[in-house]
Parts: sequence; C-alpha cells; structure tokens
Amino acid sequence: MDILSNLALGFSVALSPWTLMLAILGCFIGTIVGALPGLGPSNGVALLIPITFSMGLDATAALVLLTSVYYGAMYGGRISSILLNIPGDEPAMMTCLDGYPMAKNGRAGDALVISGVASFVGALLATVALMLIAPMLAQAAYLFGPAEYFALYLLAFSTLGGIASKNQAKAALASAIGLGIAMIGLDNQTGLPRFTGGNLHLMDGIDFLVAIVGLFAVSEVFVFIESHGKGSALGVKLGKITVPWRDIWETKWTMLRSSILGFIAGILPGAGASLGSFLTYMMEKSIAGEKGKFGTGVVKGVAAPEAGNNSAAGGALVPMLTLGVPGSGTTAVLLAVLMTLNITPGPTLFADRPEVVWGLIASLLIANVVLLLMNVPMVKIFVKILMVPPALLLPGVMMVSFVGIYSLTGSYFDLLLMIAFGVMGWLFRKLDIPTVPVILGILLGNAMEDNLRRAMILSDGDAMFLFSSPISIGLWVAAILGFVAPIFLRRIIKKPTVPDHAKPVD
Amino acid sequence: MTNTFRALLTGAAIFVAGAATAAECIAPANPGGGWDFTCRQIGKILYDIGQVDQPVQVTNMAGGGGGLAFQTVVNERNDDPDLIVAASVATQTRLAQNAFGGATADQVRFVGAIGADPGVIVVAADSPFQSLTEMMDAMKADPGSVAFAGGSAAGGFDHLKVLQLAKAYGIEDVRTIKYIGVDGGADAITQTIGGFTQGMTGDMSEIVGFVQSGDVRVLAVLTEERVPGFDDIPTAREQGIDIVAVNWRGLYVPKGISDERFQEWADRLQAVADSDEWKEAMAANGLAPFTRVGNDFQAFVDQSIEESAALSREIGIIQ
Repeated sequence: MDILSNLALGFSVALSPWTLMLAILGCFIGTIVGALPGLGPSNGVALLIPITFSMGLDATAALVLLTSVYYGAMYGGRISSILLNIPGDEPAMMTCLDGYPMAKNGRAGDALVISGVASFVGALLATVALMLIAPMLAQAAYLFGPAEYFALYLLAFSTLGGIASKNQAKAALASAIGLGIAMIGLDNQTGLPRFTGGNLHLMDGIDFLVAIVGLFAVSEVFVFIESHGKGSALGVKLGKITVPWRDIWETKWTMLRSSILGFIAGILPGAGASLGSFLTYMMEKSIAGEKGKFGTGVVKGVAAPEAGNNSAAGGALVPMLTLGVPGSGTTAVLLAVLMTLNITPGPTLFADRPEVVWGLIASLLIANVVLLLMNVPMVKIFVKILMVPPALLLPGVMMVSFVGIYSLTGSYFDLLLMIAFGVMGWLFRKLDIPTVPVILGILLGNAMEDNLRRAMILSDGDAMFLFSSPISIGLWVAAILGFVAPIFLRRIIKKPTVPDHAKPVD
Repeated sequence: MTNTFRALLTGAAIFVAGAATAAECIAPANPGGGWDFTCRQIGKILYDIGQVDQPVQVTNMAGGGGGLAFQTVVNERNDDPDLIVAASVATQTRLAQNAFGGATADQVRFVGAIGADPGVIVVAADSPFQSLTEMMDAMKADPGSVAFAGGSAAGGFDHLKVLQLAKAYGIEDVRTIKYIGVDGGADAITQTIGGFTQGMTGDMSEIVGFVQSGDVRVLAVLTEERVPGFDDIPTAREQGIDIVAVNWRGLYVPKGISDERFQEWADRLQAVADSDEWKEAMAANGLAPFTRVGNDFQAFVDQSIEESAALSREIGIIQ
C-alpha cells in the first residue's frame, strides 16, 4: 500500500505541534479573509507570503500555512454571501443567489451550516481524489487544447441566460458588458494594448476582483445609504444555529454531483473555482427544473456552489503540483511561493519531494476537519465580525474593500475603478440587471477569446478545427443543450401550471 | 477582537506596500515572479555580504508589464541614487516595441545583469524531430507546418527566439510561422505534449521538471556554450545556427544619478555576482552565469533593443 505509507509520511510531517498550530492559524485567518468582502483567497495568500518569509518557515510549514489559508478562505467566502449578499470572494458569488434569500427568510443559520457541510464534502472529496489519482489526472490537461477550452468556456456562457429567471435579455446584456470589459488591456496574441486609451494602468486589463468588490460590496453600501437600511442586505438577523439534518441528508446527491463536477472544473488549468461553482449551480438548477425554485432560497442552491467551489479549489492543486500550471489565481500565487522556496512543481515533484507533497495532502485533510469545526459549531465567531451595527459595518466593508484592492497592485487607479464599478452595480440593481454575468464575462472573456484565436492560428482560420475532437464536440453539444433546453423545458413545464397562476385572486 | 484582526490585516497590507528605508529595489510585478526574485535575492545578498548597511527594501509595483514602474522611475524618481529596479529581457523587448507608453530605453541606465535563463527549443518526447536542423528543414519546406507555443505574447521574447532561429537558417517569410502565446512556460509545454503545437519555446528553468520526467526533449539551448548540469543538450550554435538568446536577470537605475553612483551600483552588482550565495541561488533556480555590468551592459542592452525592434518591425508588431 504505497498510498498508505506515503500518507503516514505526510501525517508524520503535518502532525507535529508546530505545523498543526500553523494549520489552525491558517484556517482561522483564511476564514476571516474569506468572510470579509473584498479580501479573497488570493489576497489572503499573497498577504501572508512576506510573513512566511520573515518567519523563516521551511517549505512544508510554509505550504501548510498557505494552503490552510487557501482552503479557509474558500470556506469563509460563503459567510458574507449569505449574510450580506456580498460574496466574500469570487467563487462564493453563486452562493449569494440562494444563500441570501434563505437568510432573508430567517434561515441564515441553516444556510451557514448546510454550506459549511457542503464545503467540507467538496473539499474532502477533492483532497482524496488529489491523493489517489493526481498524477493520472494531470494527463487530462494534455487533452485540452485551444478548441476544447473554447468549447468549455462557451458551455459556461450558454447557460448564463438561466441565471436571471425573469429576463434573459438582461442577463445577455450583462454578460456582453462583462465580455467588453474583458477586452481592455494587452491583447495576448499580438502583445498590443486595446481600449486602454494609452493609460498604463489599463495595460494589464481590469482585475475581476476590482469588479467584484465594486459591483457587490461598494454597491451594497450605496444601496444601504440610499435606502437608510431598508431593502439592503446589511443587518440580517441570525438566530440560534441548529443542524438541519434533514436538509443535509436531502442534498447528499447534490453535494456529491457538485463535488465531482467542481473537481473536474478545478483540474482544468485556467477554469478554476469560480467556473466550478457556476457550473455546479447551473447543473443543479437544471436538474431541479422550474419546481426547484432556485434563486428563492433553497438548500440545494447553497449546497451545490459551495461543494463545487471547494472541490474545484482542491482540483486546482492538481495541475499546479503535477504540471506547474496554476488552475486559478490563488494557485498561481501558491506556485510562485513554491518556486521561491526552491521547489519546482512539475511531473517529478511527487517522486522528488514526497515529504512536501504528502505533507501538504495530510495538512489539507487536517485543515478540512479544523475548518468544519470552525465553520459549523463555531461559525458564530466569524458571523460576529459581520454582525456589527451598520455604523461600524459600512465603514468596515469600505475599508476592507479599499485595503484588499489596494493590496492587489498598490495602485490608486484600481480604487477609482472599484468605485466606478460600485456606481455601476448600484445602477444595475435599480434596472434589475444581474451582476453575476458581468463578473463571469470579465473572468472568462479573455481566456475564451485567447483560445479561439489560438485555435484559429493553429488551423489557419479553419472553423471546423473547433469541432475536431470528441471532447470539443461533447462540450459543444452540452453548450447547445444548455442554451436550448431551458427554453423548451419552460414551455413544457409552464403550460399545465398556467391555470394555477392565472386564477383570479379575488 | 474584530478590530484587532482588521488592524492585523491592514498591518499586513502596509507591510507588503513597504515603508521607506535606505536602498530600495522595485520589482515591477507582483510577489513571486522573476523580477520579484531578482529584487529579493540581490537585495538579500547585498546586505549579507556587507555591500549595503541596511536591508534592501523590496517594493512591488505591478502594472503595464513593467511600464508603470518604468514611468514612475522616469517621472518621479529620476535622481534617486538609492533606487534599483529589477529588469529582464522582457523589459528590453517591451522598450524595443514601444510598449511602455512612449518611454524609451535611454530614459534610465541599465547597470548590470548577473545571471540568465537560457532560451530553449523543446519538442514532445514522441516528436519526429531529432535535431534543431531537422525542425528547421521542415519549417523551410512549409513554415506553417510547425506551430510553437510559448509563455509570452506574440512578439514577446519567446516568439522572437523562434523567429531569430528561422531567419538565421534562411527561412524567408518568418511571418507565416505559427506561434501561440499561452499563460506561462508550463502551459506551453502542456500544449506541446498534448500535440496541439509541435514545438515549445521558453526558458531552461521552465522545462527542467519535464525534461527529467522524460515527457519532452530539448532540441537546442540558445547559449554560447552548453549549460553546466545539462551537458547533453546541444547548443543551437553547434548545430550551425548561430543564435544566442538568454533571458538575463538584472537591474536598471534612474537616469539622473551621477556617474560615480552608477559605477558604485555596478561594483556592488559585480560583488553579488562573485559571491557564493548568488551562485547557490542561480543553481537552485536554473540560471546560468551571465555577468555584464556597467557601461558594458548598457551597450549590450542598446544593441539588443535595436535588433528586437528590427525583427518586430519585420513581423508587423510595430510600424
């Protein structure tokens, strides 16, 4: 049993009091960083890098600390999604859609517990998969060329219409705006700047974190100020937290399916946790159909994205460790840390540095248990941070947003952009335009365009190249089904229910 | 408790942003990249070997692919004698292509390079090409038949390496050579192993793990002599294509400082290059020795920029 002896080696590294303490510290900091709107896993890890170096941690200890922060932030992100309708980090965006309505219905505690358990299931399954089959899974990256990636991103966009249950055109408009914003910056295929107006600050494009903090956090503050607290998300009450066993049991298949899909999204370089949570939410929504009432505060709508984004976070470690290809923004930062510690991730890492890899896996397992304890029985500690009176919370949200965004690039320009996005988010809310598609457009737009153009370069502009492999054909079929099916399903499902709704209420 | 943690986070953020001290090294990118490495390693060794009295403060100033830091130095810190800025071949290429918003190379002084990441041309293990010349022959017959992936955008250094080789081999229309820019060297290798491209162009440090695992073969390294530790990899030069392309790691300083201060930085850099600490850091990071300091380095950069500009003009990256 190779794996067992390797795991024993890993635990012997990870279970020393020193690393255990680092793991707990990392989980705690991570959950807070995740819960605070504006600070996400990539900030959390980036902020801790200099501290890691100044503490003189060795490679394993540094990795334990940083990955605990990473996993912790993935857990913590849901807390402010549910309580404030502001995603604590970008993958938690989808958790707002049902988590916040649940909180408004007085079920904030249930939402926190279910999403905490879903996070645990997702992260645990991903870590086990990482442990068992990581070197094999790495091969999956070899199957994805430009055509396949393009089809994958297309699949995400094709299901976007379903996100706004009322008005698909508004969702389409929002994603077009997001795609437009994504085009700003250096064009990767020619190295020339586009739509920057000669402004160097725009050369690297607009960071989606700036957009997400502006559209969600800053705009939430604007709405609060305007309405004097009425109709704003800030200030949801949280009662006693109990464990809704029945709901958890009912979502078991949702969690399992979402963990698997999320993990697959995670191991594909470039797709990452946000795509994982998005796809799992849309998958569960389409499985449940109209009767599922997604978007109104259902438990599956909370369990799916949280299981999905946590397992994607684990999945993203696979290409990072085995190929040196980061699957997400945070793993890119982790990769940089590894390089600085003189560990070169790649196909030989598992053989060359088993103590690092298995120490990491063991500490992920430990972190997961610690996080489950922190995020379910002890979640109130973190909730308290967000449950301060509006007079403190509003400046607090603004302050953390400013600090978080400033720490990205150290540029005032991003702060101005963030405020501009705040105004945009406030306007969108007035016009009832969903903001999630804007973020998705910014997040995936460049990658989608780059891959299309790479495909066109490789094939001399032959469009058939896009359908040249079984994987890409499969993804295209799924994308077309994802786009068309809701239209027909709605017709089929709606017809019999029309009389119900049409009944005069008098 | 709440406020304590917020204060802690803010403190951490300020820690990253940096406070003013004696010597400062600007890394024009986020922590973790090559420029950050240059600042942190050189800064640390400068202090360890007693070339500076106080630890060198590293400031990360990402933006515009290094352009933001360049313009800041030119416009705001032009006479700061305690400032050094990390640079590499990417700085040189972007200046050649006027990608820094009108800034030109003569607005700063390039003080030295101490180490370089050798350029490599790589194929998948099962590739039909056994040597660089076989690959070039195939490209000569049909320039579109061999597609390359690299970690820089089109027109970037990875792309230019291929074009330089092709031109030196007598391939006329280099514009028809296919190149896709992906997110970093590892991604470029993945695409090549997957068979989506036939060749990968990158730096030695990006490919070490894949060479050891046997997934790829290196057709040529673009150095003057074979790289120590990789003695079985032939140079392009010994295969008859006289191209040397290395990704040097070095520094520039503001234009407005005195010649004495410029020379002082050059001497300090030479001292770092001679130190055992730097030799260890180079070995650990796959860098090959490449030491040029002072006016010698400035002349090297000027000439390289001229060559890159000519090539970029030819492929239509610049007018």
